[in-house]
Amino acid sequence: MFQRLTDPSRKPVSFRFEGQEIEGAEGDTVAAALLAAGITSLKDAPASGSPRSPYCMMGVCFECLVEIDGAGHQQACLIPIREGMDVRRHLAVQNIGEAVAGDTQ
Amino acid sequence: MSTEMDVVVIGAGPAGMAAAAAAARAGASVAVLDEQPAPGGQIYRAVEAVQRNRPADMSFMGPAYAHGTKVTEAFRAVRTDYRPGATVWHIGAFGKGKRRDVVLSRAGVAETISASHVVIATGALERPVPIPRWTLPGVMSVGAVQSALKTSGIYPSGKLVLAGSGPLMLQLAAQLIAAHVPIEAIVDTTPPGGLARAFFHLPFAFISGETLLKGLQLRKTVMNSGVPIYSGASHLAAHGEGKLSSLSFTSEGRDITLDADVVALHEGVIPNTQLSRLVDAEHRWNDVQRCFHPVTDQWGETTEPGVYVTGDGGGIAGGLAAERSGTITGLAIARRLGLMEDSARDLVVEEQRLRRFIDSAIRGFLDRYYPAPSWIGVAADDVVLCRCEEVTAGQLREAMAHGCSGPNQAKSFLRCGMGPCQGRMCANSVTEVMAAQSGASPDQIGAFRIRPPAKPVTLAEVASLDAG
Repeated sequence: MFQRLTDPSRKPVSFRFEGQEIEGAEGDTVAAALLAAGITSLKDAPASGSPRSPYCMMGVCFECLVEIDGAGHQQACLIPIREGMDVRRHLAVQNIGEAVAGDTQ
Repeated sequence: MSTEMDVVVIGAGPAGMAAAAAAARAGASVAVLDEQPAPGGQIYRAVEAVQRNRPADMSFMGPAYAHGTKVTEAFRAVRTDYRPGATVWHIGAFGKGKRRDVVLSRAGVAETISASHVVIATGALERPVPIPRWTLPGVMSVGAVQSALKTSGIYPSGKLVLAGSGPLMLQLAAQLIAAHVPIEAIVDTTPPGGLARAFFHLPFAFISGETLLKGLQLRKTVMNSGVPIYSGASHLAAHGEGKLSSLSFTSEGRDITLDADVVALHEGVIPNTQLSRLVDAEHRWNDVQRCFHPVTDQWGETTEPGVYVTGDGGGIAGGLAAERSGTITGLAIARRLGLMEDSARDLVVEEQRLRRFIDSAIRGFLDRYYPAPSWIGVAADDVVLCRCEEVTAGQLREAMAHGCSGPNQAKSFLRCGMGPCQGRMCANSVTEVMAAQSGASPDQIGAFRIRPPAKPVTLAEVASLDAG
């Protein structure tokens, strides 16, 4: 959905999203790095479970909430990426049970 | 952990930086709390990093953005307790309103700073634009696309449509064109007859000559770029399954559908009143800009003593005017702290007022040329207003039929405004819809009461307050 304008000398930083290796550039926010990596949806809407992606990129809409290194509800558009960060999607309430069941099977 | 300061400034955009610098230069102890990793606010977002790491990109970002380098330099030159990455989630009044406790979290740890003067400089946010299916991934705001460009040098690939009205959309279009980023189309929702509408405000626009000239240059760049422009557009709707695939609208009597991977919406900016509401300051509806702003005196002080709002958070006037307002508020506080005489304050304040008048004289013209949208109050029943809890305009109207009398009742009826964004994305639309449906004025309808925590925090963060 997004691509990089320039290929500056910024240092590459790699982190994980849902277990997948993502390479961003130093100074990227988590949301920007994920958009640049082609990730279209960062979370599910809590009520209906419909996929959502960042709307405002400035900390207002909360459509980019992710889990980072085990801490939930982090605003991906405000937090810079760090090497080795573990980022996960928030699931809608009704999907959490299925995900847990899937993990234990 | 708790710290004592003279002043806490919340927000490091042009207004916050200027207020902090003015107060600190006079000798006040000032803490500056900002959510971003670097100073600049939204308008000069990441300007230091762009200048340092991607100097070539400064050229297409334009002169208005480049001015941010000067503002951040002036801020860095003054000694303040500057804390980036800090989220303020409560402002409490303790000790009979003499001092206020500002509660913040940084990297998951909460702390309190107590100050006699609190400056809210949290600026503006883009007016949320509730069109059908605007929750689809791929629908963003113009400011979001611009932020991504500023912070990370990334831009939408595939088919990009800019849809809306206002100077910010024009600026983004010009920036993308200068950076050779393809734009599929510009869907301009500005109603026709702009010059006639704004005619009596045109002379004032000439006072802000430089801004007017910059604006006309942006317009020329966009008009000559060859990007298709659909004028007088209305009835925008997003379409797609799981993600955006097209945007439909009406333009000059024709129904048009454009394939799109990203649609960037924009209908102007409105003050971010979350923190001024949190302290219970009085707010008034602005009929021209169609938004609430806090009531402030000439120094920026709200109806809550010791709490100031400066910059666009007090009413939209633009980044340059915000800088002047910030300086005025900072000096007013320095005077009240006994750090300078009236005469010294007034000398600078008068000059800043004159500069602010020049910088913001164009606003009346802009507000009429690019009028605030009048359709949000009559949005279709199936349109989602509250994105977090997925509450539609129709559900809100139905609740009103069952006796829901205001935005705060809508919370208990529908959970509207009670999701993680705490009403930031729907407060304005909810007031608009309830006013249109009931016939009452937006001032009579009011807006959501904002309660702490003003941002979601964990129990561990709340508990960490006592640990210090």
